[in-house]
Order: sequence, then structure tokens, then C-alpha cells
Amino acid sequence: MVDLSTKLKDLELKNPVLTASGTFGYGDEYADFINLEALGGFVVKGTTFEPRQGNDYPRMAETPMGMLNCVGLQNGGVELFVAEKWPALRNLDTVPIVNVSGARVEDYVACAERLASLDGLKAIELNISCPNVKQGGMAFGTTTDGAASVVEAVRRVWPRHLMVKLSPNVTSIVDIARAVEDAGADSVSLINTLLGMAVDVERRRPVLSTVTGGLSGPAVKPVAVRMVWQVAHAVNIPVVGLGGISSASDALEFIMAGASAIQVGTANFVNPRVTIEIIEGLGDYCRRHGVGRLMDLKGII
Amino acid sequence: MTLRLAAIEHLPSGWVALYLVRPDAGIMPAMLPGQFVEVGVDRSRVLLNRPISILNRTDDALELLVAPIGRATKVLAGYNVGDDVRIIAPLGQGFSTDFAAGSRVLLVGGGVGIAPLYYQARTLARSGCHVEVIFGMRSTPDAEIVKRFGSVADLHICTDDGSAGFHGLVTGHPAFAGEWDFVQVCGPKPMMRACRQLAMSRDIPGEVSLENMMACGLGACLCCVEKTVKGNVCVCKEGPVFKFDMLTW
Repeated sequence: MVDLSTKLKDLELKNPVLTASGTFGYGDEYADFINLEALGGFVVKGTTFEPRQGNDYPRMAETPMGMLNCVGLQNGGVELFVAEKWPALRNLDTVPIVNVSGARVEDYVACAERLASLDGLKAIELNISCPNVKQGGMAFGTTTDGAASVVEAVRRVWPRHLMVKLSPNVTSIVDIARAVEDAGADSVSLINTLLGMAVDVERRRPVLSTVTGGLSGPAVKPVAVRMVWQVAHAVNIPVVGLGGISSASDALEFIMAGASAIQVGTANFVNPRVTIEIIEGLGDYCRRHGVGRLMDLKGII
Repeated sequence: MTLRLAAIEHLPSGWVALYLVRPDAGIMPAMLPGQFVEVGVDRSRVLLNRPISILNRTDDALELLVAPIGRATKVLAGYNVGDDVRIIAPLGQGFSTDFAAGSRVLLVGGGVGIAPLYYQARTLARSGCHVEVIFGMRSTPDAEIVKRFGSVADLHICTDDGSAGFHGLVTGHPAFAGEWDFVQVCGPKPMMRACRQLAMSRDIPGEVSLENMMACGLGACLCCVEKTVKGNVCVCKEGPVFKFDMLTW
């Protein structure tokens, strides 16, 4: 029997496969395809204190082995999450994680404070790296002071596991990772999307309504593996790797580069069962290579 | 699920009709007219699946009509009989079909947007509705398509170049001016806007089927949103078919 379990500090996961925020709704969108309880956990859609309508259509452009999006954190706000989404999640035998976003520090704090009242919610992921929201989001995640200020403020009101999602759109992601570790983060997840752009040459206009957007999918994977490897060697808190993972072998790249868990994002759009196939593939790999405990492979590079 | 391409029909216009069956020869899962399927085009080197509307569904087969325009649809049009096709289905909310027998329903299609109207026309004809279809095409439509639709509804053709039927837009066709209980439209957005406006001006209720660009097709990515009276909603999940009065056009 292969042991796929992992720990992010005190947060125990039955396996290292999580889903990435914004690609998995609130889980129910995928319940027709997979057993949610087979996942290590899943990160729900970015949640803000106030409801948000998001950006205008068009919000998506397909690119070579990837896609750009500029959804802009459309969500019903934290009260709607608490009232309508949480009851279906609270009793699942897996770890739902709420992704918390905001435009101002006060918004992050208010959202996290409300979520802290939910018994059974074990972790939040702080999104300081959304490239698609003006005034905030990524702005916090691109300087060490900005990142630390949000994490410190949320740390005061959120008592349980605090994962912080980092932006790759920075000069040194290692510096940002160290700053959020010092500010009290329990783990870091990386990478959020890479800022990109696409032009419709026939119409001579940007494809996206916001001109620029976040690039995800297999195209970003080598960048993400490199950043996970760099950060894992620089901080003492666990690293959660994401960026273009669509197979067990992709997941293993991140784990060997130092990730304690991984998130699957864009691949869910292509194959709604991909998370289950990755979990099965990780077990198969371990059996094939005589590895008894998957996490023995963590950070071997 | 994975289906097998049992037949492929290359039409003179370049469109292709794909006839897909279950490899185990089992019964095709239920799908409603106006719903759609996500088709994986793995060998096209595009990442995302492609949303394709349902031309027809029987117990034996799923039929899709594909206009080879982009990279993925061109590759799909080049598939051969016997090839496996990965699909996710059925997705979305289809056209209304709960009309009383004898109801007069007008279906209006533009270009390859006619695809879902065949299954709809067939379904409505079976429930005793009087169905007429107006096709708007750039030029003379494929004879096979005309024959197929003609078998389930009265068919009117409009062409931009006047090479067949009425020379002009679908909204100008005399059939549109008839007495209708409901209008259902699928085609390019300007055409759908014009049809909706004309129908609403005559107090005729109806629906349009949108084709906003999608990533997941499942309501998870929130990329394909349309502004509605309820705010931004996913076309893949709340649609693709929307009642006229849901839209803010």
C-alpha cells in the first residue's frame, strides 16, 4: 500500500492533489465527474468581502498550450459563500480551502474574519496575486512590503492554516516568499498566472476586454517548476506547486522540485476527471518505482 | 465518454456532419435540443475542448455539424471513420419544448447556427407543433441539409447573394411576418439581435442560443459570461439558450 498522504504544517491531506482556485467552482460543478472526497482538498473560487461582477466579456483567449483569462474575481461575496456554499462543503471528507481576495487590506481582513467563524474550515488561501483586478490583487503581491502587510493583517484574524498564493510577475519570487513567511504564512502556493496578452489581428484589437490577462496551462509549467524549486530551497514553510499540471508526471516534477502538495487548474477544463487520474497515476508511479511513501520524493532535486 | 465516428459526410459547402456512436453499441445518453457537447480535439494541438451544438440525437447516435473554420474544427473535419472522439455531454440548458400541440413555432438559423434547430424542429414536430424554419445563408445551402430539414418542417431559405430562396435577411422574409407563438434563433449575434428585436416589437416571446467563447463548458471558469438581467451568467451553464427577456441587448 503506497502512502500518498502529505502535511502542510498541521494541515493533513490524504494525498497531495488539490485544485486551483477559479478552475473548480465550489466543487459541485465537478461532482458529476468525480468523487470530491477522493481529492486531497480543493480550493474554491476567489471570494471577496463584497460580491463582484468581474470583468466584461471576452474573458478568455486560447494560446499555444495555454489560455489567457481576465475573469476578474466574479463571485457572490463571502456572505453568499457562507450561506449557500459552505453547508454543502463542511461535511465532506476532504479539505475545502477558501481563496480570499480583495482590493484593500481591510477587505481581506473582513473576508478572513467572517470565514474564521466557520467551524471546520481548516485553511484559506490568500490571493495576493490576481493579475485581473485593478487596485489591489497583484499589487500586494509584487512588493515584499505589500505582501507582508496583507499577510500580517490577515494573520491577526485568521487562526488556522494560512496559505499565501504568490504571483510570478515579480523580479524575485524568493524575496516575496521569504517576506510572507516572516509575516506569518503557514505555506505558500505558486504560481498564479503569468501576465500575458493576445491580439486578434483580423479585428486589430486585443482579444481580452481588459487587454492583458493571466496565462495558465501547460505553457507555464517550466516557469512554475523553476519557481517552486527556487522557493522550496529558500523558505522553511511548505510549498504548494501549481502551473500547468495535467498528469501525474507533471505533479511529480513539482514534488521532486520541493512541493509538499500540488494544485490542478486549467487541466480541469479539458478533462474534468484529471485530478482522479493524477492521484491514480501517483500511486502507479510509486508502485512502479518501489516508493512506499510519496513524500519521500519531495525536494530530492 | 468516448464515442466512435461511424460515418462522416463531407458537404459541398465544406461543412461536415459527424455521426458518432457508442463503441459498445449501447444507447446514446439522453440529450435535449439546444444543449451542447464539449469535443476533445486532442490531435489538433489546441488545449481546450470545443463546444459543438447537437444536430441530432437518437438512441443510436449523436450527430454534430461542424464548419471547419479554426484549427480545431479543421482537424475534427479531417477525422476518419473508426476514429475515437472524446466528448463531455450533455451540457447546458436547451430550447423550450413544452408547447401545446398546435402551437406555431418559428425557428430561425444563420449559417452553421442552423445545427441545433434540426433536433429542435424534429422534437417539436413530434409533439404536434406547427414548425417553420428560416435559414439565412451567404449562398445556396447544401442540398443534403435542405433535404434533412425539409423532412421535419416547412423550410424557407434566405441568401445574401440571392443564389437561392429569398434575397435578403431572415428578418425580411415574409414567413417572419406570420402569426407565431414562439421564436427560437441560433446564428451570428447581429442576426439574433435583429430577430429578437423584431419579435419583441410584436410581443412574440422567444429564445436565442449564444456561442460565447468557453474554456470549461461546466460553469467553473466563468469565461463565457453574458450580461443578463441577473448580472453576468455563464452561457455554458445558464445557457446557451436564453429567453429574450433575460438579455440586456
